[in-house]
Formats: sequence, structure tokens, C-alpha cells
Amino acid sequence: MGVEGIGAKVLRKEDRRFITGMGRYTDDMSVPGMKYAAFVRSPHAHAKITSIDASAARDMPGVIDFLDGQQLKADGIGNIICGWQVNSKDGSPMKMGAYPALADGVVRYVGQPIGIVVADTRNQARDAADAVMIEYEELPVVVKGPDALKDGAPQLHPEAENNLCFDWEIGDEGATAKAFENPAKVIRLDILNNRLSPNPIEPRAALGHYNPAEDHYTCYTTSQNPHVARLVMSAFYNVAPEHKLRVIAPDVGGGFGAKIYIYPEEIVCLWASRRTLVPVKWTSDRTEAFLTDAHGRDHVSKVEMALDENHRITGLRVETIANLGAYMSLFSSATPTYLYATLLSGQYNIPAIYANVKAVYTNTAPVDAYRGAGRPEATYLIERTMETAARELGISPAEFRRINFIRSFPHQTPVIMNYDTGDFEACMEAGMRMADVAGFEERRTEAKSRGKLRGLGMSCYIEACGIAPSKAVGSLGAGVGLWESAEIRVNPVGTIEVLTGSHSHGQGHETTFAQVVSQRFGVPVENVQIVHGDTDKVQFGMGTYGSRSGAVGCSAIVKALDKVEAKAKKIGAHLLEADEGDIVIENGEVKVAGTDKKLAWHEVCLGAYTGHNLPDGMEPGLKEGAFYDPQNFTFPAGCYICEVEVDPDTGVTKIVQFIAADDFGNVINPMIVEGQVHGGLAQGIGQALLEGVNYDESGQLVTASYMDYAMPRAWDLPMFKVETLVTPCTTNPLGLKGCGEAGAIGAPPAVINAITDAIGNNDLTMPATPEKVWNAINAVA
Amino acid sequence: MYETTYRRPTSIDEAVKLLRESDGEGKLMSGGMTLIPTMKARLAMPSALIDLRHIEDLKGISFENGRLRIGGGTTHAETKASETVRQNAPTFSYLAGLIGDPAVRHMGTVGGAVANHDPAADYPAALLAMGATIHTNTREIAADDFFTGMFETALEENEIVTAVSFEPPQAAGWEKFRNPASRYAMAGVFVAKRADGTVGVGVTGAGNNGVFRWTAAEEALSSSFDASALDGLSISPDDMMGDMHGSAGYRANLVKVVTKRAVNAAKG
Amino acid sequence: MSTVSMTVNGRKVSGECEDRTLLVHFLRDNLHLTGTHVGCDTSQCGACVVHLDGKSVKSCTMLAVQASGSEVTTIEGIAKGQDLHAVQTAFKEHHGLQCGYCTPGMIMTITDMINRHGSDLDEETVREELDGNICRCTGYHNIVKAALDAASKMGAGQQQVAAE
Repeated sequence: MGVEGIGAKVLRKEDRRFITGMGRYTDDMSVPGMKYAAFVRSPHAHAKITSIDASAARDMPGVIDFLDGQQLKADGIGNIICGWQVNSKDGSPMKMGAYPALADGVVRYVGQPIGIVVADTRNQARDAADAVMIEYEELPVVVKGPDALKDGAPQLHPEAENNLCFDWEIGDEGATAKAFENPAKVIRLDILNNRLSPNPIEPRAALGHYNPAEDHYTCYTTSQNPHVARLVMSAFYNVAPEHKLRVIAPDVGGGFGAKIYIYPEEIVCLWASRRTLVPVKWTSDRTEAFLTDAHGRDHVSKVEMALDENHRITGLRVETIANLGAYMSLFSSATPTYLYATLLSGQYNIPAIYANVKAVYTNTAPVDAYRGAGRPEATYLIERTMETAARELGISPAEFRRINFIRSFPHQTPVIMNYDTGDFEACMEAGMRMADVAGFEERRTEAKSRGKLRGLGMSCYIEACGIAPSKAVGSLGAGVGLWESAEIRVNPVGTIEVLTGSHSHGQGHETTFAQVVSQRFGVPVENVQIVHGDTDKVQFGMGTYGSRSGAVGCSAIVKALDKVEAKAKKIGAHLLEADEGDIVIENGEVKVAGTDKKLAWHEVCLGAYTGHNLPDGMEPGLKEGAFYDPQNFTFPAGCYICEVEVDPDTGVTKIVQFIAADDFGNVINPMIVEGQVHGGLAQGIGQALLEGVNYDESGQLVTASYMDYAMPRAWDLPMFKVETLVTPCTTNPLGLKGCGEAGAIGAPPAVINAITDAIGNNDLTMPATPEKVWNAINAVA
Repeated sequence: MYETTYRRPTSIDEAVKLLRESDGEGKLMSGGMTLIPTMKARLAMPSALIDLRHIEDLKGISFENGRLRIGGGTTHAETKASETVRQNAPTFSYLAGLIGDPAVRHMGTVGGAVANHDPAADYPAALLAMGATIHTNTREIAADDFFTGMFETALEENEIVTAVSFEPPQAAGWEKFRNPASRYAMAGVFVAKRADGTVGVGVTGAGNNGVFRWTAAEEALSSSFDASALDGLSISPDDMMGDMHGSAGYRANLVKVVTKRAVNAAKG
Repeated sequence: MSTVSMTVNGRKVSGECEDRTLLVHFLRDNLHLTGTHVGCDTSQCGACVVHLDGKSVKSCTMLAVQASGSEVTTIEGIAKGQDLHAVQTAFKEHHGLQCGYCTPGMIMTITDMINRHGSDLDEETVREELDGNICRCTGYHNIVKAALDAASKMGAGQQQVAAE
């Protein structure tokens, strides 16, 4: 391995520990004296707790303590909060229902934590949790978003009349109404976006350790953003003072959004450790994960699109009911509003857009951001509508998109976003070439001869990454800034440590970030160490979600590198007796341009630390930090084309080809970017074909294990064909846009457009299970 | 999992003795592929687990007097890998190689699967279709009499499945439509053209009372061993299982489609 | 409680545990071999796959006492010192892992697969035999590539077929 900079396919530095079983995940951690926790959870979707009797449980072997919501409240542990204030269209603030980490008298979803048992072993804790006797008075239940708004619906929170958390709007209602006054055509669709469970394969876990001698707390946890966890746990939940709390998110086995939030369990484990004076570890099992990890999506929408006689879109009107679940999760208000409706313009020039979103409480698990977060909902809605419109107009979906593509940048949409750059037609043309769209009808005919229905579906998505700038998101209600931090520590021997506020849970930061550093100074990537995930080591940072680690996290690294480079050049100029402006640093050397005067990189680094010969007044050392606050979102975009064969006898859909042509701006490591696309596509295809969280009418979770929740397996997926095109982002130093979520955002409409094309029936909801497809075929047969 | 006591007998007699001693609270465990997950979910709490994996008399595959005999303790992987099975009953070998996943096939056994009679288990469909015999430590039971209902069999207390045996069919086809989540059969059909020329059709995963023989299809196929013989037939949804993965009506359709495909497979 | 003795990665080990202790917990808690993971409760994700007497099994669906007397190989035991097993190398070279959590089970399953199929392994078989292993990160694309590459290399005799 040598100097392998931006654009190189560098094999991952982090892989060796994972392929040899030496990864270190939260459940792998143990500390002396550690005990195990099991949570007592509600078996009911809505009930009053009339009594809790833990006397038998307390007497069981190995049991150290049982704690419940009364004690939690008495100790002043604060309620779980939503960190983004959204206001209704009448100006009133969202109505946040109180959410204690252990239930306080009422439970509102199956699986809600009521108490915690701490015991010597995992099995003893579980045995005792089963022995806690709780009496309930069951209350009526509502599960579906639209039902929650109906007259007479069961009411969840006294704070939120009619279960309405907020009634929000965006865009110009009047101008949009005008577009519908005299249109050449109106396309109308009902859109359901199914509820999903993120399902990182590593279940959530927490190890809370209170050290009474130091009055200090340590929390190992499966988090995508340990500093945010520390801030929220200290400032809002009063679990521990911020300076006395160390949060460590070691290797984390996938997140996909589910590990952004601060959940009851880590709060309670920390608090229980202080109460019991033993370290307390809890590890979720898969059923607990299905019951309590924040779910994603669950929108019910109506869309109307107005067209003029030239097939140009003149207006778009959307009404959405977003199911929040029983309580507000950390960013649950932003997901169905600013991360969703701001993308409703898609890749198209739409002069007038209006969207209304009603967010409602139901007796289900909290819903929040899951890979894509709002953008998949917007993309599914707009791309299903585009395909439907083309079919109703009798023109090709590509032609209809061509007519309406945005072609000049920057482009201001009617829904806040200002797209800096892109070339949507180039992506579509690339996708169509890769998919051999021209040869499709021949393939369709051939499939028909085998009794199969072949279809082609397209999706031209745009999404927004790196939410920013902080001032703007603050004005929209965010409780935090959305910058990122980095510190570059150059060691005296010239090796480099990068402390980043980003968190890697599969994204490969240890490699890509090292490539950026390697490129800057010409040092080998193995001489660069990336440090993250520990609040005691790393300066405050915002973590990883929303495909922000490249666009924002890497930009912070670049900014810190700029400072290091500037200082190194000053030192180099001084040592080489040259003008600072003539110094260049490349290939591990500090040189005077146009001469043979040079120093090795490590000589300059050592010089910085000996301090023997520095410019007058310069501090020794070579270590710089930076906080980077982006000027704008970035806008990855692309074209996905899915080709399917449907078996009309069974309704089974086989994906025979899946094409991705993405514009992520510049790419640091193409191998890793492709991997991100593959994974995103699998989750998007999973949403379209397989996955759906299903509650019955009583609020019991029917899909509580892999026996009933269909996860995409190797058998369900094809080899993907992936290409990237580049229009560099204009608002960050490396021109990066972000690639982590694109697949999950763009894939679902491509799949459903393909199936509906194959079967000749546009009336199909996700997941398009064999039975649904079979019924849809028979409905038009 | 609740606490239990593990026992490891090395003979059938010892296993029966241990089972007797447990007063009906113990359970026999072969591969444990269903029992252990059930215990992990705290849906079963046997006082004793009697592990049959170390009993030599339950192992072995033989072909004698025109019958293939597979010991109850034979794993799916062993059945799949057996040259004897492949030569005499290739479709049964194929079926064994598609049960669960490779790790499950390395542990799960034919005896365990038959005794458990999961309504979506694969073997029972084949055994019914072929008119197989289930051998126990006390008697021989015809497959038709053995599978009495969902998770129910003719086995009595302290009775252990020691083997299954059957006369290899002239031709057979196995087709499995998998549940997209669990990957168990939602409709699995084994079609066997038996040595005497009659046809057996065993259906798993679909019926509302466990595995069953589709007798109307058997009659039609006995007269004409061709998928088109099934054209006029239908299965009543009233006899089908319905759940979130497929309604009874959908399963009724699947059974017919899958049976046709199994016939086509049998005809090669 | 029972005393459990087995050979793990070539070393004889024994320990006391409750009879209900799963093999995966014995490996992780008693032997501190934490490379074997748990990702589900229903024997479907395959993060826990180890080899028992040379064959892949799910260590979450087996009691430690059941494995007593057997030879167990875990992800920690397949490399020879610093020399990675061919399947491990293929996972790295083909970017067959992202978060790494399902990876040990994937590698153990694929090693077993190659032991049985050798260089004849094809894409359809790999996908079919990964039925019991779930990955949420990679979309399986690069896992399948890694499996096929390792199979061709192992089949070509570049490395001993199995480490155990």
C-alpha cells in the first residue's frame, strides 16, 4: 500500500479485524463486575398500568434489583424528547406527548419499557423479568395513521387533541390551486409508503457503568452519533453531567438511522448502574428490535399533478398523513416535513407546489428517519406519478421526463431547495444505455413466449444530503447545528491521526478519510489513523446519518488539513529559507517549487515538535482543528431502471436486471461507493417487494421476527449494474454529494413501475408480495 | 430459555428410560432445529432434553428388498449426500437438499422433522405421496396414519421415530413455493408415481390441518400422468391456511400451480 | 450446571455452564471468542455460524452441552497465524463486508459451501445456500463475488480447502 488518494480503489483498512472476528461491538464489551439487564415491556398496545408487583422477581436467584418508572421519575430522569421543533400552519408548536424512559402509568405501544431487572446472568434477568406481575386496564387502540384522525378515535396523549401532533404545510397553496384551475390534464394517485424496520444485523445494546469513586459514567452504546447521545442524555435526561459522561460507540454493526436516536434502554442502563452500583449491560434480541427500534416511512398520501397541453408540469399538490407512532422520536418531526416535502420537485421544473402533512400519534412503535428519511417518500410519490402520467399521456416515461427536467443550475424549487448542480438527462441516458431500453420490447416478447410478464420501470431520483447550513436548519426548528468537526494531529514522525466527529458503522471512513489525508501530503494511507466514536478522545461532533460524512465530515477534515498545510508550509519555508508562497507539499516532501530544495515531510513534522528552529513567534506542534458548516445541502441524483419478470400463475416477481446511474459528484473510493449503492438498492428493493411492518387491529406486532418480516436475501436480488457520472458539488471543497442513501431512495418506484408495467395494472402497493401481484393481475385479466 | 437438564443417551432403550423418568416433562431432541428456537422463545419448557444425536441405531441409510430405509437420526445433509438415496430416490435427495439452509441441514434429522410435524415441513409431503412407512421403537406406522394434524402425529408417549422407509417411486417431482420471510414452504408438493402406477400427491405448508394428500389430483394423475390432467380441478380455500403471507384463496391457487410444476418436474 | 469440554480452534477447553447455555454464549462469554455474533432469535440470520466437526451449524441453535466432545471452529480459528484463509482474503478484496457484523457467519457458511462444492460453485448455488445468512449492508453482490472467487482459488489448490 502506498499513497492512494482521492479516486483510488483502496481496499479497506478496517476489514482485517472484521474478517478475523476481532471487531469490537458493544455486546463484545465487558467490564469487571458487569451484570445483565432485561426489560419488562408492555404486552398491550394501549393500557393503564394499575399495579406492579416485583416481589417474586426480586427474590429470584441472581437478581440484584428491579427498577420502574416511579423510581426513574423520583430520580429526576427527564422525558425523551424530539429535537426538531415543527410548527403547524396556524403557527402553533407541535404537540409532544410525554415519553418517559420507563412508562409512567400508561403504555402506548407493545414493547414499551416498563421496568428493568438487573441480575447476575442474562438468563436470570430474563427469568425474573417474566416474574414481574403487572396488572393492566386495557384501553382502545388505533394503529393506522388516517384512523387516528377520525372522530371517536382512541386518544393517546392529553397534549395532542385528536392525536394530531402537527398540521404542517409548505409551498404556495394559492399559486398551486391556480395551476389546477384550467389544466390540460390532471394525474391523481393514492400513494402508500409502507412501514419498515431498519434491521441493522447488530441489535442495539448498551453497557452503562457508573464509577462511584470518580462519580463518573461510561456508556458503551450502538450509536451513530455518540456526542449527540452524550449531550441529550446530560442536558435533557439528567442522567449524568456532560463532563462526567463518556459515551463510546465502538464498532457498530449497521445503523441505517435506527441508531441515531437515544432510546430508553441506554438511559435506563446508565441510571440503573448508578442505582445498583454495578455495570449494567443490555443487548436487544431481534424481537425487541422489531418492537422498539424506530421504524421508518408509513405515509398515506394523495397526489395531484397538473399538466399543460405540452405535457409540462404546472403544479403539484400533495396531502400526507404521517404516522409518528406512539411517541416522538429524536428527529421524527423533521423526517416527514423538511426531509420529505422539500424534495417534492424531484428532478423537474415545477412552478407551483403545495404540500400539507398531518403527523399523528398511533399505538405503534415510534417512527423516525430510516435510510433515506423523507426522500424515499418524496421520490416514490413523484416517480410513481411521473410514470403514471406518461402512461396516461401515451408517451414514453423517458420522453415525459425529458420534457420536464430541470436543465439550468442553480435552480430554486418552490419548496426551499436550491439545487446547485446536476445533469439529469445525462444520468437517464446513461441508465437507458446500460439497461438496453431499446431492446426491451424484444425481451418482453421473448418472455411472453415463456409465459412470463416482463416489465421495465424507471426512477429518476434527487435527494438532499448534508443538511445545512446550521443557521438555516435552526430557523426551521432544529435543536442542534448540523456542522461537523475534525482534528488533524500530525505526530513528530509524520504519521497522522484524524479525529472525526463522523461515525463509521460500515461506511469505511477509516479508508476514505485516510485517502483524503494521504492525497494532501503524499503520506501512505497506512500512516493515517482515523479515530472516532469516543467522546473522551474526539472533540464534539455530530455523527453520521443523512449521507453527511463525505460532504460534511470530510469537508471538516479538509478544512483542518488546510490549516495544517499552511503551518507546515510556514515551517518548511523557514527551514528551507524560501518564500512561503513557493512551498509545495507532495509525495511526502516539502519542496521549494522550481528548485531541488526540499525536506522530507517527517523532517518538517519533527521540526514542528522540537521547536528548535521555528519562525519567530510560532507555537510548536502541528495539530489543527476545524468545524465545517456547509453552505447548502448537496444534491445527489440519478436514474435507476428495473426490469422484472412476473410469473402470472403465482405473482412472483423476479428482478432480472437492475441499473443504477448515479451522480454523487466526485468520488473518493469507487469500490466503497459502489458498495453503498448495492446496499441501498437492496433495502429499496426490499421495501418494494418484501418488507412491511404489520400490526394487527389490537396493536400487536405481527412481524416481530424474521419468520414474518421478509428480509432481502441473496436469492431475492440480482447482480447490480452500477455506474457513476460526475457533476461536482459546487458548495464543498471536494465536490462530494453523498452516496449512502441513494439506492434506498431511488429503487422502490423503479421496481413498482416495472411490475405495474409488466402486469398492466397500476393499482399496486408496496410491498408487492406475490399475492398482491397475483390479485392485481387477476383484477385486470 | 428456561433452565433444563441435558441428557445424552447412547441407545434407544436408554433414551426411552430417560423419557419415562421425566414424567412427561422431558422432550426428545434430535437436531433441535425447531425445539431450541421454541425454547429460546420460552414457548416450551421441558424439564429434560434427551439428545438422540449419539444413538448409533438411529443412523444409517440402506436399500434392501426394494425399500429405501433412512434412519431417524440421519441429517438432511447426510440424506442429500447419500449416493444410495440419490440413485434410488433422486427427488427425495433433492428435497433433502432444499430443507432450511446448509447449517440447518447439518443438524436437522428426518426423524425429528417427522415427529414434530411442522405444518410447513417438507418430508411429510414426500412420505405421504410415496406411501412411506414410519418406523418407531415399538411399531411401524403408515404415513397416512401417522400425520394426524398440525404438530400432531400418531406417536404415543415414549415412542421414538427410528426410521422411515419407502419403495422408491417410478418418477417423482418436488416443487416448493417458499414463504418470502421464513423461507418455509407456503405450498410444497411432492408428486410420486408409485411402483404400482398409482400417483400420490402430498401437500405441505398450505393446508389448515397440516400436511395432506390431494386425492382428487391423485385420481386424475393416476389416469393421466400429465399436468393437464389437473386443469379442471380446484382446491377449496376452506381447507387452506390463511395468514399475512397468503390468504387461503391464494394458497389454494398455489397448490394447483405448484402441483402442476411438480408433475412437470417428475416427467423431466 | 454441566461441565462442557470441547476443542475450539484446535485448543482443548472446558467450562461450567447451565445446561440451557447456547453454544454461542459459551464461546462469547466463557471463552471470550466474540467474533461469533447473534443477530436474531429464530435461527435465520446466520451471524452465529461456526463449524462443528467440520460442518457449518448455527451456534445460537445449539446448546453448549450438545457440542461437548466436539471440535468447534470459529471465525477466530480459520486463518493460519497472519495468513488469512482464502475466503477471508476474498471478502477483503471484493469489498464483501461493510459493518462486519454478519461477516464471520458469512465467511464460515461460505467456507463450508466451498468445502462441499469446490470450484464448481456457481452463482445460483451461492445465492441458494446463503438462505440462512442475512446481510443488511452489501446487497450480497460483493459477497457472492467473494464466494465465487474464493471457490475458484481454493479449487485451484492455492490454499488448503479448509483450515480445520
